[in-house]
Amino acid sequence: MDEKKYSSKYKRVGQPYDRKDAREKVTGQAVYTYDLELPGMLHARCLLSPYARARIVSIDTSAAKALPGVRAVLTGEDSDILVGLYMQDKRVLSKGETRYHGDVVAAVAADDEETAERGVSLLKVVYEPLEPVRNVDEALEGKILVHDDINELKHYVGVFFPQKDSNIASWNKSKKGDLDKAFDEADLVVENEFSLPAVAHVPMETHVAIVQADPFSNKIKIWASAQSPFAIRQIMADSFHISETDVEVHIPYVGGGFGGKAGIHLEPLAALLSRAAGGLPVKVRATREQEFNQLPTRAGMRGRIKTGVTKDGKITSVKAVYDWDSGAYADYGVNVGKTAVYSGVGPYAVENASIDSKTIYTNKVFSTAYRGFGHLETHWTIERQIDILSQKLGIDPYEFRMKNLLEPGCQTMSGEVITASNGSPKDCLTAVVKEIGWTGRKSEEERQREWKTGKVRGKGFAMLQKAPAMPANTATAVIMQMNGDGHVKMMIGAVDYGQGAITALAQIAAQELDMPIEHIEISSEIDTRANPYDWNTVASKLTFMAGNAVIKASREMLRKMKDVAAQALRTDPDYLDHADGVIFHRHNPERRLTYKQIALGYMYPNGTGIGGPLIASGSSIADGLTNLHPETGQGYPAAVWTFGAHAVEIEVDVETGSIEVLKVASAFDIGQVINEKLVYGQICGGVLQGLGSALLEGYKFNADVQLMNPSFTDNKIPTLKDIPGKIVPIYIENPQFNGPYGARGVGEHPMISVPSAIGNAVYDALGINFHVLPLSPEAIVLGIQSGKKSILCTDVDCLPGLH
Amino acid sequence: MDNSKDCSIYTEHIESGKRKVTLSLTVNGRKVVRDVDPSMTLLHFLRDNLKLFGTKEACGEGECGACTIIMNGKAVTSCIILAVEAEGAEITTVEGLAKGGKLSILQEEFVSQDALQCGFCTPGFLMSSRALLDHNPNPTDEEIIEALSGNLCRCTGYIPILSAVKRAAERERKELGR
Repeated sequence: MDEKKYSSKYKRVGQPYDRKDAREKVTGQAVYTYDLELPGMLHARCLLSPYARARIVSIDTSAAKALPGVRAVLTGEDSDILVGLYMQDKRVLSKGETRYHGDVVAAVAADDEETAERGVSLLKVVYEPLEPVRNVDEALEGKILVHDDINELKHYVGVFFPQKDSNIASWNKSKKGDLDKAFDEADLVVENEFSLPAVAHVPMETHVAIVQADPFSNKIKIWASAQSPFAIRQIMADSFHISETDVEVHIPYVGGGFGGKAGIHLEPLAALLSRAAGGLPVKVRATREQEFNQLPTRAGMRGRIKTGVTKDGKITSVKAVYDWDSGAYADYGVNVGKTAVYSGVGPYAVENASIDSKTIYTNKVFSTAYRGFGHLETHWTIERQIDILSQKLGIDPYEFRMKNLLEPGCQTMSGEVITASNGSPKDCLTAVVKEIGWTGRKSEEERQREWKTGKVRGKGFAMLQKAPAMPANTATAVIMQMNGDGHVKMMIGAVDYGQGAITALAQIAAQELDMPIEHIEISSEIDTRANPYDWNTVASKLTFMAGNAVIKASREMLRKMKDVAAQALRTDPDYLDHADGVIFHRHNPERRLTYKQIALGYMYPNGTGIGGPLIASGSSIADGLTNLHPETGQGYPAAVWTFGAHAVEIEVDVETGSIEVLKVASAFDIGQVINEKLVYGQICGGVLQGLGSALLEGYKFNADVQLMNPSFTDNKIPTLKDIPGKIVPIYIENPQFNGPYGARGVGEHPMISVPSAIGNAVYDALGINFHVLPLSPEAIVLGIQSGKKSILCTDVDCLPGLH
Repeated sequence: MDNSKDCSIYTEHIESGKRKVTLSLTVNGRKVVRDVDPSMTLLHFLRDNLKLFGTKEACGEGECGACTIIMNGKAVTSCIILAVEAEGAEITTVEGLAKGGKLSILQEEFVSQDALQCGFCTPGFLMSSRALLDHNPNPTDEEIIEALSGNLCRCTGYIPILSAVKRAAERERKELGR
């Protein structure tokens, strides 16, 4: 960190404070749901379907029920409760048919984990294996329906579009201009297909929930490792037909989420078990294997893209079709698919375009939100295509992008006009290209010369954009109270599961109130009974939206403080100012009161009090967003765009196929750095997660659609040995007009387009275009050996099941 | 790990119908004697029996390092060690790092370098780092990478962790004369 020299114009915003939760986390004091024990708590284990698709013929639970220590055994016969964020398509317990290898067929709650496990082993289930839907092509044929009741599924009408009698959970569309004419008039039209497999989130704390559900009332108490306390409350209330006040959700520290803990997962099952066990609390915790094969993942995706360009390098037309292999349930998958229709041409101005994005049911592990929310996937398609176009046009890829990037006055895919306040994609690209020392592509001659040494270097870069993918009316709130000592306590409804949001929000409050950040207390623990509402902690919108709410609450707090102080100081509130924990008269500063003197009400020398405990609140709702038009996809989906770019330098070992990442330069137009240390952490973490998707991670299924690598042994994630030689973060600060101090979100963005930049650098090194992720050593070697210049799924050890 | 011990040294007895073994060891400088189930892992012993919840399980297979503790001077994954294997051992867990109400230099550097986000893997990283620095007060980057490559972190991208360990090594040499 020593070499970075970010300096802020503000006293507290922009300063590199230590994260507020750090001390508890380095001493082992931080308590996670995994650590919690409640009086009388039982432990549960699940029996998962051993088939991707099967009919449950019979379940004999008698031996499990008879086992001493077993308190409850549940099967699909015991409950018909359905859950789902946007599509109510998932049974808590399977009945009739199982839809993937991880579907819960039965669950056992017992005095301890071992007894629950033994109980599960005593369950006798007879299955009739059925032909599964293995991939998107089989799904689109529609001979077998993953959900034969798709026509009746309750869903978010007008935003998602399930197709009748099909496996398409949602088909979202956008179109603009005259595409046919534009293709006819283009000087060059290039079509390509790109794909990437499902990838796991891998939070270090696996999914875990403890639920106490009183069988004699509607009360349900939940403790969960989750990102969305208020979504859990709402879905539990909906699914169990109770009121939201009957449900209380507690979120202690969360051991990583990355989108995988958004929405609702193990909570309903634990609730059913608790009720069945007479109201004792039940803990359901996923094993690492279940984290891979039962809990949701990032969808596999296939992107087919056709682009028309003029010979001087202006993109005139794009037709893109994105098919998402979303597995057995829609979960967040349909919303991931929806992002493709407004973000699926990347940060480029394209006048004629159409995008079809289908979120498709198959009999695989289902998919959900994952850092980047569809954008890593679509940008793998877009940014590799851009690179290939520049090869074919013989134009430098930097110049080509600069000719087409969004700038003020241009329209996004959904028709939103970009202004200077949206930030600058061009600034980002120019910064990283300079940092990496780009001087143009390698010549074939240079490649051949380096090839003889066994190692070839390459440089590449890629653009990225993302706005929060959220309902048009997404909202959040903050409650702020002053303690007797003049310190401030804030409560939010969103969860800090490591992003550092509570520290950033405390900085904003400290800046507004002009008091030390150490005097601002903001807990990352959420209790829905006390904390104010937040929609979901996802989408890189927490600092942006809650930051604005904190500013509003702080200003209300100051107004109230000045009202009391004015009375006590016998003046007008308008004559008062604040600084360093003191309210003072602007022209006569010795007429002053400390925050502490008015925190709980001001007391006159004779004991009389005025004012009372200081409390303020702030709400923030997305401004001016609309649902997208169902056919054209036009509208306003983006509360705040964050643009960025990565440039990389790599070295490919042509014998082993391994790729060493020498340098990554990453620029993001974040408007305003709130805390450089925390932003740097997001960039390092995001880049490495992106490198995981680029180089090594991916689900592998066998012909029966069984996941073959549900463990750390077979599903590697990057370790310390995989870090790049250097990561250079670059912060571009074109302020966002409605961001807190001009700031934009950047939680997910560092991960997006890392694979694209690597893929482009591989082309620079080898002169070969890879179309499939991951760019594993095997894929690189097979690609080289094939002698082809374009490596498709059929050329490498592609993941069975995607096609 | 020393596997040469003869199991017969353990005194096994039956307690409410369950086999139990008496285990004595030193944890964070405190002598501990407990009756344990012979099949209990060291991780579960530390958490369930001694209520030291700082040590985490994230895979249960010795693949991720979240449960790393120091046993007789070595960093070990406590989820794949039986409690009875720790008979007579000296154990340090994350709870044993801060002394006299003050964070250790290593912990301070994890805080100041932002070497943690969600924090779930942090105790394991701290213990692997502690064991490394105890044996090698002046490690090279490669030696740190080798020593910590068995610990998985999904949040930080590891680079801040590497900085923290390097700076802690430097400060320990300077301030503690290691």
